[in-house]
Amino acid sequence: MTLASVLTPLPVLIPTLGAAATLWAGRRPRLQRLIALAAMTAVVVVCAMLLYLADRHGTLVLDVGGWEQSVPGMGPLGITLVVDRLSALMLVVSSLVLLAVVFYAIGQGIRDGDERQPVSIFLPTYLVLSAGVCIAFLAGDLFNLFVGFEVLLSASFVLLTIGASKDRVRAGISYVMVSMVSSLVFLFGIALVYAATGTLNMAEIAVRLDDVSAGTRSAIFAVLLVAFGIKAAVFPLSTWLPDSYPTAPAPVTAVFAGLLTKVGVYAIIRSHSLLFPDGGMDALLLIAALLTMLVGILGAIAQNDIKRLLSFTLVSHIGYMVFGIALSSQIGMSGAIYYVAHHILVQTTLFLVVGLIERQAGASTMQRLGGLAMASPVLAFVFVVPALNLGGIPPFSGFIGKVALLQAGAQDGSPLAWVLVAGSVLTSLLTLYVVARVWTKAFWRAREDAPEGHLSSASPAALLDEPEDIQFVDRDHVGRMPFGMLAPTGALIAAGLALTVFAGPIFTYSERAAAEVLDRQQYITAVVGPR
Amino acid sequence: MTTHIVPLVLIGGLTSAGVYLLLERTLTRMLLGLLLIGNAVNLLILIVGGPSGNPPIRGRTSDGHTTTADPLAQAMILTAIVITMGVAAFVLSLAYRSYRLTTHEDVGDDPEDAKVSEMAAINAPAIEEDRPRPAPERDTDAPDELDALPGYEGSK
Repeated sequence: MTLASVLTPLPVLIPTLGAAATLWAGRRPRLQRLIALAAMTAVVVVCAMLLYLADRHGTLVLDVGGWEQSVPGMGPLGITLVVDRLSALMLVVSSLVLLAVVFYAIGQGIRDGDERQPVSIFLPTYLVLSAGVCIAFLAGDLFNLFVGFEVLLSASFVLLTIGASKDRVRAGISYVMVSMVSSLVFLFGIALVYAATGTLNMAEIAVRLDDVSAGTRSAIFAVLLVAFGIKAAVFPLSTWLPDSYPTAPAPVTAVFAGLLTKVGVYAIIRSHSLLFPDGGMDALLLIAALLTMLVGILGAIAQNDIKRLLSFTLVSHIGYMVFGIALSSQIGMSGAIYYVAHHILVQTTLFLVVGLIERQAGASTMQRLGGLAMASPVLAFVFVVPALNLGGIPPFSGFIGKVALLQAGAQDGSPLAWVLVAGSVLTSLLTLYVVARVWTKAFWRAREDAPEGHLSSASPAALLDEPEDIQFVDRDHVGRMPFGMLAPTGALIAAGLALTVFAGPIFTYSERAAAEVLDRQQYITAVVGPR
Repeated sequence: MTTHIVPLVLIGGLTSAGVYLLLERTLTRMLLGLLLIGNAVNLLILIVGGPSGNPPIRGRTSDGHTTTADPLAQAMILTAIVITMGVAAFVLSLAYRSYRLTTHEDVGDDPEDAKVSEMAAINAPAIEEDRPRPAPERDTDAPDELDALPGYEGSK
């Protein structure tokens, strides 16, 4: 019983037990909040310790229930949890984001929520979502990865349709349908993998797939890529995302945008480097990455609603990560890993800021917003820092990640890679244009100049969707921004800036993680022992 | 690995019927499609798990088989069935809620999407710059000579 074997299952166990406890405390909101905050704080601490251990001592492997391998050199009989540098980094960044967002949601609920809010179901579901995300990052087993996806998806169905207003039910229906189709495609892929290799342990699949013919291998990879591509919102499979995310409450959209697509990206990294390292799909992935970037950002230009606009930039920037993965070089992979960490933080922060804008100004569409820079300089500051970060302005982490990816593209040197380099520069500029447009419309111009500036939503709503419009002048004074909402937003901005300030150590860490991910023999040895 | 053709044909039939139903816009049909595809995938897992045999319990035999059936495939199917059932219950409740709210249970278009595509049809900047803007604070009850002009009703 080592420290690592105690710590490894905790990121799943703590939120699950926390969810049970918060359900039990459903009638005591203060106790519920306390449990949720304590559980998420504990998860952050555990994940940080796992990161330290995985970086110091190499890949941590835990055979759950002690069902170890029966024959040396074969996979273990039971479920395996694996923490290597990549999954440790993902765990740390996601648990930070999850803690900040639950803090924000609680702060918003205390200030704006009242007896009508369905809070007693919000926190348990949120904790189940956290557990699902952690299972997906820890899974060393293809079917366990599927279970992790299902846990986080079922929780996300509830969170997306919370309050069950007309808009949310409409958005929820298409979200549930698309997610279930992707899950069934994934299950189909699992059946094919099981038929070809007779095992579900990823390390053992990696070994046995080498004996499978190249055509079968490509077919299986294609099926898995479709499943993961829907979850990660890669271009032809991305249209569901801007349709469904913006209707959810601000903290829910923030955590979905930050984490759920990245779980898909993580699954693509794992399957691409561990299971199917021959790179047969790289050209296809590169083209998909280019189209994701361009189509996503062109969609963002057309939007009026800031939440929808950010959803399109989310889709667009998934393209950068797929670009880095598809180059399958050391620097490309480390750029992609760094970019995933950067993008989780910055995209979540921006959605939290939109929540603040919605609360203070009573709208999230640029048709109605104006004069925010005068009305609230603090709000302007918390918007502009992550916005410039997303646009890739030099000192920020977005710039560092993009430079690494551009370097990787230039190093690859093939014509397609150069097209991708040009495409990502163009996407970066257009992202800057998009956020600058939000800035000039929502923050700089006077509210009277906005076409619908006289309208506003009735009162700040935390979790419920109340589409009642009133005259802006009649709106009650909402007061200053609550500390409970501003503080987590500020903390995430600080974390985003820390990616810049400590870019040296963090980037060398992601280089080490990339080296580990690309060297599949090391993962296989850690799980099934030396061969 | 060898398999029989009948289950494979069945899987293909279930999947294609499921895809056909999934392409409808009525929610109950889409759900039925989802369930059909789910059953097809479960059947596929069962078949790739190998031939039938004794139950995977020590000391039990059945029908004179000499080998044991693969328990892992059955465990996976069980998990998948439970998940599909939970989601099906959720989709049914969504369909009922949608029916209560809108008296139909079709999958609707995104209203914000429709707004954006309307904007593309007419020149978007022109609307924003030139459209007369109502000024509610200037509203009075007194009759006004501009009252007749569209867009300026009640304003001075």
